[in-house]
Amino acid sequence: MPFVEEYTDVVVVGAGHAGCEAALACARLGLETAVFTVSVDSIALMPCNPNIGGSSKGHLVRELDALGGEMGKVIDRTFIQSKMLNRSKGPAVHSLRAQADKAEYSRAMRMVLEETEHLQIVQAEVTEILVRDGQATGVRLYSGAVYHAKAVILCTGTYLKARCIYGDVSMHTGPNGLQAANHLTDSLKSLGIEMYRFKTGTPARIDGRTIDYSKMEEQFGDQRVVPFSFTTDPETVQIPQASCWLTYTNEKTHDIIRSSLDRSPLYSGEIEGTGPRYCPSIEDKVVRFSDKNRHQVFIEPEGRYTSEMYVGGMSSSLPEDVQHEMYHSVPGLEHAKIVRNAYAIEYDCINPRQLCPTLEFKKIRGLFSGGQFNGSSGYEEAACQGLVAGINASMELLGKEQIIIDRSQGYIGVLIDDLVTKENREPYRMMTSRSEYRLLLRQDNADQRLTPLGYQVGLISRERYQKLMEKKERIQKEKTRLEKTMAGANAAVQQFLEKHGSMSLKTAASLAEILRRPEIRYEYLAEIDPDRPDLPLEVTEQVEIAIKYDGYIRRQLKQVEQFQKLEQKRIPEDLNYEEIGSLRLEAVQKLKLCKPVSIGQASRISGVSPADIAVLLVYLEQKRGQEHGV
Amino acid sequence: MKKSDTIAAIATAMAGSGIGIIRVSGEDAFKTVERVFRPKKAGKRLSEEETYTIHYGNIVDGDEILDEVIVLLMKGPHSYTAEDTVEIDCHGGVYVMKRILELVIREGARAAEPGEFTKRAFLNGRIDLSQAEAVMDVIQAKNEYALKSSVRQLRGSVLRRIREIREQVIYEIAFIESALDDPEHVSLDGYPERLLEKVDNLIKRTEDLLISADQGRILKEGVRTVIVGKPNAGKSSLLNALAGDERAIVTEIAGTTRDMLEEQIRIRGLILNIVDTAGIRKTEDVVERIGVDRAKESLKDADLVLYVVDSSTGLDENDREIRSLLEGQRVIALLNKTDLPAVTDARTMNRFFSGPLVCISAKEESGFDAFADLLEEMFLGGKIASNDEVVLTNVRHKAAMKEAGESLRKVRESIELGMPEDFFSIDLTDAYEALGRILGESMGEDLVNEIFSKFCTGK
Repeated sequence: MPFVEEYTDVVVVGAGHAGCEAALACARLGLETAVFTVSVDSIALMPCNPNIGGSSKGHLVRELDALGGEMGKVIDRTFIQSKMLNRSKGPAVHSLRAQADKAEYSRAMRMVLEETEHLQIVQAEVTEILVRDGQATGVRLYSGAVYHAKAVILCTGTYLKARCIYGDVSMHTGPNGLQAANHLTDSLKSLGIEMYRFKTGTPARIDGRTIDYSKMEEQFGDQRVVPFSFTTDPETVQIPQASCWLTYTNEKTHDIIRSSLDRSPLYSGEIEGTGPRYCPSIEDKVVRFSDKNRHQVFIEPEGRYTSEMYVGGMSSSLPEDVQHEMYHSVPGLEHAKIVRNAYAIEYDCINPRQLCPTLEFKKIRGLFSGGQFNGSSGYEEAACQGLVAGINASMELLGKEQIIIDRSQGYIGVLIDDLVTKENREPYRMMTSRSEYRLLLRQDNADQRLTPLGYQVGLISRERYQKLMEKKERIQKEKTRLEKTMAGANAAVQQFLEKHGSMSLKTAASLAEILRRPEIRYEYLAEIDPDRPDLPLEVTEQVEIAIKYDGYIRRQLKQVEQFQKLEQKRIPEDLNYEEIGSLRLEAVQKLKLCKPVSIGQASRISGVSPADIAVLLVYLEQKRGQEHGV
Repeated sequence: MKKSDTIAAIATAMAGSGIGIIRVSGEDAFKTVERVFRPKKAGKRLSEEETYTIHYGNIVDGDEILDEVIVLLMKGPHSYTAEDTVEIDCHGGVYVMKRILELVIREGARAAEPGEFTKRAFLNGRIDLSQAEAVMDVIQAKNEYALKSSVRQLRGSVLRRIREIREQVIYEIAFIESALDDPEHVSLDGYPERLLEKVDNLIKRTEDLLISADQGRILKEGVRTVIVGKPNAGKSSLLNALAGDERAIVTEIAGTTRDMLEEQIRIRGLILNIVDTAGIRKTEDVVERIGVDRAKESLKDADLVLYVVDSSTGLDENDREIRSLLEGQRVIALLNKTDLPAVTDARTMNRFFSGPLVCISAKEESGFDAFADLLEEMFLGGKIASNDEVVLTNVRHKAAMKEAGESLRKVRESIELGMPEDFFSIDLTDAYEALGRILGESMGEDLVNEIFSKFCTGK
């Protein structure tokens, strides 16, 4: 039977947050790219919370932007409220979070895709991955059409064999009632890919006109908004912002939930997928934290041109009637009309330890993957993986070296390393505590950390790169100036210190030394620093952080040095662990499963002890020696 | 030579006799030892000396002389590990070796992992490739042994106490992290003050464990006991009588360079390592003066002083001299020769000396039980019943415990300085990891699990 046959360089399966970044990266690097989606109207859809960013996720978006990704730019154009979280805490944990206008975000991202050269959008379900001699060669569609390609990037999100559930209602659809992808899993399994089944959930959406806001606390955005993208002019994001609202559950809510637990598909065993502990459903919270008599509920707008409101904190898979009763028990929601029910969703994803840190499958060359398909959760986590998968697929086709962002370079590195190294049985979410070098991986210095890499791969323009180099130079210069400029123990200086509640000087000190005092800020110093050059905030902010936290930063830099030594010790792909007699059995099994690329990665596998690592080092040294005929 | 940090360990088996070797290897090996070594002959700094040279002198901790040693220098690559290596040959004695090792660690070396010297020797090409398998076996075996023996050492209450401290530390980290992760759900208002209190308590607990480490040392290695008294007060005969007792085990370690005798006596499960000093009396005689100085020296790190008084003679100026030396020491006065007519009786003695007193006769072996009772009360506190209650004794454990304490002190400092909360969790994490090294456990997923199980966050 005749069928459509097309040739392209890269096929991207899925046009969610991972798929969009992957497709854009490939096309921008000059490769012919076809991106497939079950619905063109749902490109870059946000089927759950209406936010981009948040603690540690804000870091991810910044890093993505520094590498040349798109998410930061799009949210800067489509946000309706923005907040820098943790402002009162250290700079390492400041995190940007924006409320998105979901429809606008989706539309804006779709337009970026449509305006990108070498990029083709196709509405179709991919049912089969074509592989020949361990190399991905393209995909087959439900219609029978074949797209030949040199690389395939899987970003199927939560659509694989998706099932939405509340109470005893169960539908075989993806999020928002969209068509699920029911065939691809079998193709993947036949390729020997190990699959997991994960679960997540979302709360109800409520008609904003039926909410009594007088019973809630209004939550405003920041007075001065900081943009996500390093390329966005801060003046363009100072817009009128929408409000969110805070209310609480109460004992009545909890009683309703408790008395209906037997009807929950979670507790009846109807749901088999593994749900995330960090994002518990309200029934989970009530059961597990029974001593708490209330939980916070955030009411957040879904967009400017809709009255739908998202009920943050109350995701659920309880039956419809219980949901109604439960939401109505919350102050302000007594008469609320529900637009969309809350539901849990189950989907297929892979055991991501089948991937290299480049996000290419170990067993199938040219096959890459990103996003929830890899067992992560969250729009931002997905976007970052999509970008890295896109970059590395491109590097492979262009014959260039692939990139691995390590744990000391970015949260993206932590995210991917955790996914491909550690045993992970629930959707993986980023957290700042997952990073060992948090003080170095700040959202404010993501450009310094990663833009050079973005430039190297070709996603960052020469102009942007040079601007960064100039910025770095100015930071260095100002730092040196503060270290060299002395303030005498004179009356003016002592008076300045006293004014800011700081101890007086015994002898002269450099401005840098004074700035190291927690109570002194860079801007205050102006009073005793008449020769200060006029510098933009992006420079002075870096200077202040670098000087203030110098001790801690140096400590972490030293740890990074140790870390990188082990990271650079590569392990050959074909190493036969069973040959190493002194390795403990458990270590052999774990190492065989993960096939770490470096001693560093090996050391992070649970069940591999420091002694095993020492043994491995000795073994590698022996092999190296033999190969060199020593 | 490869760049490497400096490691140290006791290289000879931990037996109580012969010569003990402490080996230090790595980039700063010479400099590290230089800081604690005082040569007998003034000369060049150790780090400037030639390779394969031997130096004679003392290992000192500040002004205190720990031991008289011979130091052997080997520059890399011509050493066992192919790194700069120093071997300190001391007079053995488990206690002295451990003190020297602790001192070297304090000066910047790291306690070597089990099998690490061998591993370095191999990685630096000193051991033939064909022996790689043997090397790997050594590393694995030594680690397994170390793990087993350290868990055995930690059995009982200490293990429980370390775990408790560790659990509290991770609870606090998890709390801070959940607040950073979800600032709108979890507030840190007023938290620094609360944490300060908790951290103070945790610091105290690490300190207690370190103190118990010293008690543990007493149980394991014995009480450093010094006998003092005027010449002919009967010190030697008393010693012989105690040693001759059926219950006692005697080993004789003749100090080769000093004329003090060290004997080991076991009394009711307690080991006394006894140093007999030259009799103390005021003297102009040079030789005797040296004896007196040495006695004073050994008093410095004594756990216990036995002050022997001849009850058949009167107290004099020499006794007053001795009494002044004993200030601040834990002393048991033994009124000896009670078989003879008394010149100095218990009442006189009690007026002269305020510490505990036992009337004893070495000749008739009387008063020994009263003496043993007193010892038991002093060192076993009447509470520690058997050797099951082993305390922190391992040098590596102690180093890790100290590190945990220091990290906790840094948390306190950060709180007092008004640093943001995320900085507390950096040092708390270090403390958690240090305590984990004692138990052979690493952080892994502990934190994430703790956050999710103890704190309710999320959308």
